[in-house]
Amino acid sequence: MMEMPAANPIIFDKGKCIGCNRCMEICQVDIFLPNPEKGKPPIVAYPGECWYCGCCVMECPVEGAIELRHPLMNRVHWVEKKLLLEQANK
Amino acid sequence: MYDYKWPYPLEYDKEEIINADVLVLGGGIAGCMAAIAAARAGQKVVLVEKGATKRSGAGGSGCDHWESAATNPCSKVTPEELTQAMLHDNEGFNNGISHYIECREGYDRLLDIEKMGGKIRDTEDEFVGAEFRDDETKLMFAYDYENRFTLRIWGTTFKPAMYKELKRLGVNIVNRVMVTSLLTEGGAQGARCVGATGIHTRTGKFYIFNAKASIICMSRPSRVWLFSAELPGLCEFRPPQCVGDGHAMGWRAGAEFTMMEKSVRAEFSAAGRSYPPYGAGNNHNTWYAASIIDSRGKEIPYADRDGNILTDVKDRFRPARGQKFFMKGGSIDYPKYEIEGPETLPFSKMIEQGYKLPFYADLTALPEEERRVIWGMMVGQEGKTNVPIYKNYTKEGFDPSKHVLQCYGTGWTSASFLPQERQLFGLPGGFFNDWTLSTNIQGLYVAGDALYASNCYGHAATTGYYAGRHAAKYAIVNDLIQWDTQQVEKEKARVYAPLKNEPHNSIGWKELNMAIAKTMQNYCGEVKYDDLLKIGLARLKEYEEKIIPQTFAYNPHELVRLLEVSNILTVSQIIMEASLARKISVDALCFKRGDAIEDDSSKDKLIVIRQQENEVIKREVPVDFFGDLKENYEKYNQDYIRGDRS
Repeated sequence: MMEMPAANPIIFDKGKCIGCNRCMEICQVDIFLPNPEKGKPPIVAYPGECWYCGCCVMECPVEGAIELRHPLMNRVHWVEKKLLLEQANK
Repeated sequence: MYDYKWPYPLEYDKEEIINADVLVLGGGIAGCMAAIAAARAGQKVVLVEKGATKRSGAGGSGCDHWESAATNPCSKVTPEELTQAMLHDNEGFNNGISHYIECREGYDRLLDIEKMGGKIRDTEDEFVGAEFRDDETKLMFAYDYENRFTLRIWGTTFKPAMYKELKRLGVNIVNRVMVTSLLTEGGAQGARCVGATGIHTRTGKFYIFNAKASIICMSRPSRVWLFSAELPGLCEFRPPQCVGDGHAMGWRAGAEFTMMEKSVRAEFSAAGRSYPPYGAGNNHNTWYAASIIDSRGKEIPYADRDGNILTDVKDRFRPARGQKFFMKGGSIDYPKYEIEGPETLPFSKMIEQGYKLPFYADLTALPEEERRVIWGMMVGQEGKTNVPIYKNYTKEGFDPSKHVLQCYGTGWTSASFLPQERQLFGLPGGFFNDWTLSTNIQGLYVAGDALYASNCYGHAATTGYYAGRHAAKYAIVNDLIQWDTQQVEKEKARVYAPLKNEPHNSIGWKELNMAIAKTMQNYCGEVKYDDLLKIGLARLKEYEEKIIPQTFAYNPHELVRLLEVSNILTVSQIIMEASLARKISVDALCFKRGDAIEDDSSKDKLIVIRQQENEVIKREVPVDFFGDLKENYEKYNQDYIRGDRS
């Protein structure tokens, strides 16, 4: 049986990841474990412990192989200023 | 729940012994700079880090501005003026020694880091002609553009540069090892420090470090009042494994602490309910001086300290009429009139005047170079902004010339917290130090966030380097002393004890951390009472005596988390003891008593506490115990001033 975590901080693009484990070695919190299958992305063993610094993405040699995603509750909102002004003038 | 096998070899029964002249505990900014200084002084240096030194620590991912570099060629203020302003701003409850070091040596360290490969100036001429740039040196400044003592920096380049320098100097870097205790001569509390013990975070192997001098470069405590079992990584502003291990082992070893009664209501922070740091609408710090608008697009005016409305954006970066300089940044929350800088009008006043919520940070109408330096340099170089904020928001379509970013909580903060949700922030307590950054324990030095009244990147880097120099001097004239076998065996038994329990009826690290946080919120919240503090302390002691022996960890990773929570438990006791020792309210310490006594003889005193054979020993020290800043600095640092090797 499995359980969905409160956040999925690290999303690997399996097509792009070369399984070099550099993300795992740079993570100061050590949230990853090596994949038992060589060449596959590391396992995000402790997703709740991610502090969202982004060093794994900064260290990754392949653009777009790792996405860092803040939990839904942390997504902020922005709006075009033009729309605010238009609404105010209605 | 995973059904993977633990992928690393388990080495709980193995032991490794490592010798050094200078042992650096912690590989963040302070630790790296301490190790570099000691290695340059010709010492054999070992640096122990729980994570991965190249990006570890609070500043591992970056930093956008370096405060108080008063000796840079464009600065119009002196180190003395800046330090005095910092002391005055906190009624003296600040670390005059460490902040003078920060002001005096900050620019030296910047040049040093530049030589290592860090970027400290606009070498690519991206901001030529901008008012915040000195076109001759290409240095860029933040906040007060007239006085120019805070530099904008490309801090994402700093930690990797330091790491490279450590390797070049031959420092023995031991990554993935949690330091668990300090070793003292004969195993006696308060005796000379002869090294430390550690445990590998992946294999569980035990380490004994034997050194002539040791430097604590570990973090300030965290997760004391704030904890989320689901998202422990988002509990605090600093990394989740930075919980104040140094404070805990220092207390056990008999080191002196001060200002530990100080805590603030959680604020500009990641603490679970707030939005990502620097990622929501605001106009402080990294985002100074963004415009703030209401939901109709109407701008909230900026005013100077006298309430004069500032109509020109340029005035947001100038001192007020008759003011020498103003200060902003890490530790300036409620500035005194003398250094109070421009600020948007108070939130409550805006609501009274009919401004509509929510508010937004608006870069669209700023001069182009101000917009570009906030979004793209500051947001981009500041810690935790490069990927989660700058790259991700850009990918999702955020355009700073078109979009405005929403503020949360009330006004332009990023969350609202309850009074009992507290943290050690804004110059918190820590190790008490002298002019060599030595503790009361011989051979034990301290730097960065472990010091009392620490704040930012520049403070960590400068005090790290300074402690490294002085620890090296100590190591040169002192012999290596063998550790005490009994002390090591006792520590080994302590760290491995949880492995012997059974999971089905034991307590895990998260359950214990939640219990501590709740206890602290209940008994040591915003307003302190002796009666409550005493009960709270008894609860914590109960956890130590009865609950710790019932804890369990599945693997080395969990064991390390559990040992961290043991440290949080110790730190919580220091905070309770310090709170009990302070009998009156002190605004500068954000310390409120519900049962204050009338005797205010301690109002200008630091209360310094330490532990000796389970007794808490207190003494009072005048807040300005360090004497004349310049005179004493020069007395202890003639070799550095002369430019000797280190």
